[in-house]
Amino acid sequence: MIPAPFEYDAPATLDEAIALLEKHGDEAKILAGGHSLIPMMKLRFASPEHLIDINNIPGLSYIKEEDGYLKIGAMTRESELEESEIIRSKYPIFTDASKLIADPQVRNMGTIGGNIAHGDAANDHPAVMLALKAEVVATGPGGQRVIPIDEFFYGFYMTALQPNEILTEIRIPSVGAGTGNAYHKLERKVGDYATAGVAAQIAVDADGICTYAGIGLTNVNATPLRAARSEEALVGKKLTEETIAAAAQAASEDCNPSTDLRGSEEYKRSMVRVLVKRMINKATDRI
Amino acid sequence: MGHSIKRKEDARFIQGKGNYVDDIKLPGMLHMDIVRSPYAYAKIKSINAEEALKIPGVIAVVTGKDLEKYNLHWMPTLMSDTQMVLPTDTVMYQAQEVAAVIATDRYAARDGKEAVMVDYEPMKPVIDPFKALDEDAPVLRTDKEGKTDNHIWNWSVGDKEATDKLFDSADVTVKEQMHIPRIHVASIETCGCVADYNKVENHLTMYMTTQAPHAIRTVIALVAGHVGLTEEKVRVISPDIGGGFGGKVPVYPGYVIAIAVSFLVGKPVKWVEDRSENLQADSFARDYHITAEMAATKEGKIQGIRFKLLADHGYTDAAANPSKFPTGLFSICTGSYDYGTAYLEADAVYTNKPPGGVAYRCSFRVTEAVHAIERITDRLALEIGKDPAQLRFENFIKKEDFPWKSPTGWEYDSGDYHAGLQKAMDAIDYEGLRKEQAEKRARGEMMGIGISTFTEIVGAGPSKDFDILGIKMFDSAEIRVHPTGKAIARFGTKSQGQGHETTYAQIIAEELGIPAEHIQIEEGDTDTAPYGLGTYASRSTPTAGAAAAVAARKLRDKARKIAAYLLEVSEEDLEWEPGKFFVKGAPEKAKTIQEIVFAAYTNHPQGMEAGFEATHYYDPPNLTFPSGAYICVVDIDKETCEIKVRRFVAIDDCGNIINPMIVQGQVHGGLTQGIAPAMYEELIYDEDGNILNGTLMDYLVPTAVESPSWETGHTITPSPHHPIGAKGVGESPTVGAPPAIANAIVDALSPYGITHMDIPITPYKVWKVLKEKGVVE
Repeated sequence: MIPAPFEYDAPATLDEAIALLEKHGDEAKILAGGHSLIPMMKLRFASPEHLIDINNIPGLSYIKEEDGYLKIGAMTRESELEESEIIRSKYPIFTDASKLIADPQVRNMGTIGGNIAHGDAANDHPAVMLALKAEVVATGPGGQRVIPIDEFFYGFYMTALQPNEILTEIRIPSVGAGTGNAYHKLERKVGDYATAGVAAQIAVDADGICTYAGIGLTNVNATPLRAARSEEALVGKKLTEETIAAAAQAASEDCNPSTDLRGSEEYKRSMVRVLVKRMINKATDRI
Repeated sequence: MGHSIKRKEDARFIQGKGNYVDDIKLPGMLHMDIVRSPYAYAKIKSINAEEALKIPGVIAVVTGKDLEKYNLHWMPTLMSDTQMVLPTDTVMYQAQEVAAVIATDRYAARDGKEAVMVDYEPMKPVIDPFKALDEDAPVLRTDKEGKTDNHIWNWSVGDKEATDKLFDSADVTVKEQMHIPRIHVASIETCGCVADYNKVENHLTMYMTTQAPHAIRTVIALVAGHVGLTEEKVRVISPDIGGGFGGKVPVYPGYVIAIAVSFLVGKPVKWVEDRSENLQADSFARDYHITAEMAATKEGKIQGIRFKLLADHGYTDAAANPSKFPTGLFSICTGSYDYGTAYLEADAVYTNKPPGGVAYRCSFRVTEAVHAIERITDRLALEIGKDPAQLRFENFIKKEDFPWKSPTGWEYDSGDYHAGLQKAMDAIDYEGLRKEQAEKRARGEMMGIGISTFTEIVGAGPSKDFDILGIKMFDSAEIRVHPTGKAIARFGTKSQGQGHETTYAQIIAEELGIPAEHIQIEEGDTDTAPYGLGTYASRSTPTAGAAAAVAARKLRDKARKIAAYLLEVSEEDLEWEPGKFFVKGAPEKAKTIQEIVFAAYTNHPQGMEAGFEATHYYDPPNLTFPSGAYICVVDIDKETCEIKVRRFVAIDDCGNIINPMIVQGQVHGGLTQGIAPAMYEELIYDEDGNILNGTLMDYLVPTAVESPSWETGHTITPSPHHPIGAKGVGESPTVGAPPAIANAIVDALSPYGITHMDIPITPYKVWKVLKEKGVVE
């Protein structure tokens, strides 16, 4: 309810924000939608000395297809993703995920950039990014750099972002024909973090052979996890019941869930197996 | 009566114009925050406030040692047990109050709280209530002289010998061990107060989130009378309340600390808990371990029950039960069925957990009782292979057998259980569902149908049996009708969302003929309202609602006299229809209630007392016994074990209905609070006494998304002894829903040899049992 004291800046440009980051270093936190940071501050799990609010910086909220990519501005709200026609028609996986994030009030504020930059394996977008093999654009004093998603998540709340960088854009390779994607998580009640979540993108060629498989897992590892062996089990094969079962089994073996109030490690592995199977099927159905 | 008029109070609530305790801001008001124990059981070696006092705005840090000087460091509970206000040497549960920080604003108070350094010496706590009774268990309440164990009380009712004999010889006996989980009311508004002591007047005004303002005033006078706060010097005001559900009946230490600080500094002190404090420290509900047994003939005639229960009260018995009933009205556990043999024995223990347990939207432990009887009844049905609806029909108390004496000593006032269950079965197409279920089972799909046909016991209560701290459990109404025929009525109860401003006005309107919109209802100010024991246990309509009707009838008697005088006829020549008296056979010769009231002030008969006011303190002759028939259908995903409540039909019988819309709203809310413990909520502690889900991120309060589309209906069996035949409804759905859901889930799982599951039944729990049975991977 009552956070520790902090200083607050609301710069009007990205350059100013980066300059403030340079100045305050580790003591500063970026405030985007605030729906991860502010609850932590209320509980005093986080007590940043400086908040740099980037909500006043123009040009960070957009959804567009350009240069073979779907580009999403980091400040794009979850509710904007839900309502976007491009997303709905071609990337329903985002709609699946957004609908499962918290509640409508939170989604009106929460941003896709914040969801990823928070570095929380329990957040939903990181697994989606893994499935779509996204790239993250970080802007710092030296300009922009592009980070492949597989190099982005380091550990618990830790990412490849430097203290003087701001996540500004997400790039998704445009999907071609024959591609489908889907996300689902099991939750104890609406708005909960995932007991287990699975994002899948699948492409098949005219002969029904899988040409692309991206599978990301939510909240069953210290970091968002790519189910690499599951992907390998699919690519180059026909998506039969057996192939899919093998992929599902691989993911349940490769994840590292911990026992907690949501269930035992064994239960979560079982749920990963069920969800991987279901999401491959759902993604395939959407092709 | 019987009309769904819109709620009068909603105009302010939906416009954000309610006035809650945190809206109260007084000049010079100080703010309080509370340092709480991170340990479940520890010695306090020292409390260092030095750093806290350096923070600008922090003016004091109050400890138990400070309160001890005024003998205010202990207080009584409503169960005549004792509870620390602030500890002087030992903390007994996690989140217990340790010290209070007083500051000039809310932020400084919180910063001060972070800066208070407490040095603890942790001790091994006693968490498991069964182990608390072990001979070698450490004795927790060493503050109680001569206490040699952790046992609090033993209570029993029924015929032990006859019951044991029956169980030795019965054709069929069934038995299940059940736990009714420790849960929390988690009302939207947390608890809080503004204590405003005026030194010059030696007068305390206590604005407080309380369901029972009058009783609280008496308690304050009992606790603080020795420092001069006698009862006439105390005014308790309970403003708008954002949900009570029993959690706002007890006195929490924070209230007493705020009063003590205001008393010492002579300034108003505000204390409002945050969400985690509310969940972690304020009274829990339930937490009963029950061994339930039922005996029957092989044909399925229920012959008797034998229940043994263990109540985990945490650090102190801070329940809110009538004094003579330490296990509340659990003895309604014989249910809706006709048999004559029952024995119930209950024990209570201390553990290192927060104290309680309050009656969460339940008439004193009725929820626990109903869960046990409805589950064990289904268990019997499973055992003998009889349809659970058929078993119930064959065992119901018949409509013509009321009033019916239960083997645990109650006299059920009225009921028509057959009609209720039949209506519910017709509404849901019970036969069709059973057919569908058979087909699905053949395909290996999991579908379950669960029934709960419960009897509630509410409206505590008759003064011969019911008191709290010696105060009899009557309730009151005072009606004043102004010269122009508009009225104000005040009550000893206190609405927390029940809609009293509307329903009480409707009762008076029905009896006096004054339109409900011309009747203002007030509650919650002890300086103005008549004394009463407050709103909980579905008692407002049975007690204060009855008082309103009786007070209004007193006024109608007076109105008849005035009308006779005005019309120059004898009283016997007058007939009443709502709103006027008229001369028999000459309806044009009439006086409206407004004309009569005006005359009471302007032209009353000589010798008659002027004015138009009446008060009544209603002492109910019996409790009322609402009932219900609920049927729930669930589908369980065979891989994820997710449970979907597909349909839920609730047929309630609360006697005559004052406002159908309000009843329906009560039922919807109550059913949602019924699905909560059935599938979601439980306060979970580890073996060190740490709460594992002390925030709403992990304490899973269901939302609209989790709530099925409730299908509601009613039968009407009026209470024969209540002035308007009403019975009370607020708690029926919370009481009746959990066993319907649990029975449905167990029904779905019964083909796999599962006979019982403890609530909350989560997908994870279902997966675990099915995994053990080899049904899921």
